[in-house]
Amino acid sequence: MGLVTIENATKSFMGARVLDEVSITIDAGDRIAMMGPNGAGKTTLVRAMLGFYRIESGSIRVGGFDPMKQRVKVLENVSFIPQTPPPVRLSLDELLSFVERSSGTERQAIIAEASRMDLDVHSHLKKPFFKLSGGMKQKLLIAIALSKQSNLLVFDEPTANLDPKGREQFYQLLTEIDPQTATLFITHRLDEIEALVNREITMDLGKVVNDARL
Amino acid sequence: MKNLFLIAYLDIRESLRSKWFYVYAVVFGGLMGLFFITGVSDSVVMGFTGLSRMMLIFIQVTIIILPIFILITTVKSISGDRESNVLEYMLSFPVSLRDYYWGKMLGRFVTVFTPVFFALLLGVVFGLVHGGDMPWHMIGLYSLLLVSISFVFLGIAFWLSTIVKSSDIALGGAFVIWITLLAFIDIALMGLMLQNRLDDNVIVTLAMLNPIEVFRIGAITLFDPELTVIGPVAYYLLDTLGATWLMVYAVVYPIVVGIVFAFLGYTAFRRKDLL
Repeated sequence: MGLVTIENATKSFMGARVLDEVSITIDAGDRIAMMGPNGAGKTTLVRAMLGFYRIESGSIRVGGFDPMKQRVKVLENVSFIPQTPPPVRLSLDELLSFVERSSGTERQAIIAEASRMDLDVHSHLKKPFFKLSGGMKQKLLIAIALSKQSNLLVFDEPTANLDPKGREQFYQLLTEIDPQTATLFITHRLDEIEALVNREITMDLGKVVNDARL
Repeated sequence: MKNLFLIAYLDIRESLRSKWFYVYAVVFGGLMGLFFITGVSDSVVMGFTGLSRMMLIFIQVTIIILPIFILITTVKSISGDRESNVLEYMLSFPVSLRDYYWGKMLGRFVTVFTPVFFALLLGVVFGLVHGGDMPWHMIGLYSLLLVSISFVFLGIAFWLSTIVKSSDIALGGAFVIWITLLAFIDIALMGLMLQNRLDDNVIVTLAMLNPIEVFRIGAITLFDPELTVIGPVAYYLLDTLGATWLMVYAVVYPIVVGIVFAFLGYTAFRRKDLL
């Protein structure tokens, strides 16, 4: 059984089908670039995997658990970076406390990971997260995701707010991830992560139209 | 359960950093100060003077603005987080929906109740400085009534916040609820009575179902046991239930309604799409 097993998942919003009998299996060590035009169903699929959306039919299992019924079990082993950093009003100190206490991730590990991307967390600890620059926010979210011990990393356009140097540092960090960890990148720029992935999935109109090993 | 208090604590911290909290705290604390500065406590109106007079005005103000303050500041709690994708990020960590929802509610209860309670305490301090008898029994009961009215509107706000996707709709819904309940404490009730279109029992039932009216009757009973200052419906209720049961009802009923709405909100939060 794969790390993630999605079988015939279907989901509609206001009558429009956004996931149409989607079936995908993700195994340990898979490094997937998920592509497709806007509205193809990529983000919906990821949100269903993380327990945000209830699918109408089919099934989704992450680590053997149902994301809706056993969301805590699922999320213990998943790291997620959203496309746009949300305007969290907590200070960095509070955000790190939340991450530490909810997921058991060590603060020092996050700070160390952030410093590898030239982000000095210590000097901004009292600052609200939403007041950081776009690049700083994204770096912190990346540092949190990479520090959390997860079997699956999900990145939704993770480099959208990073400058070229930041992207390079991020890609360097990705090369150090445990080979058994599965990663799923939602991206429009395959060329940037081509060297990091071993599988390419393309979605369109709620269906998987291409699933190829590279 | 392990993250419930963490979520509550973080919600309090977040609220303390928000402008709405300071406006809210200044309005209630400032009003109490204003009553003293303007000499309200020294005036005599319908036999009320001193701390009782000031508390009576404070209650009148509370009846109008506390519900709308709670609704407006709370109704965006979950719908706003959903809209700004904060909910998506925070719930991508292993936090149960139970801990998140009830933690948020606990945190928000502390932030909406504390400023009003402190305003009340401020009144007590002014009263002590001013001299005269301190009606501790009345202050204790009034504190309970404040808990009760805060809780019911918090429950309604959380319910609204979870069932609507947009915070603008949530805000609009909150306003409609407030204005409807407010209208039915006097204007609409008296209108219905005068027109004789509805049976008196229906009108009394409407009054008893309205948490603002229940709070108003309960709070004013503390100062005016005969309820001569507020209309026939209140007087009828006092006559039917008696002072003790009227007070029990005024404290318990809004809490029960708050719990029901909070659970309805929680059920929707668990069963519907989170985003």
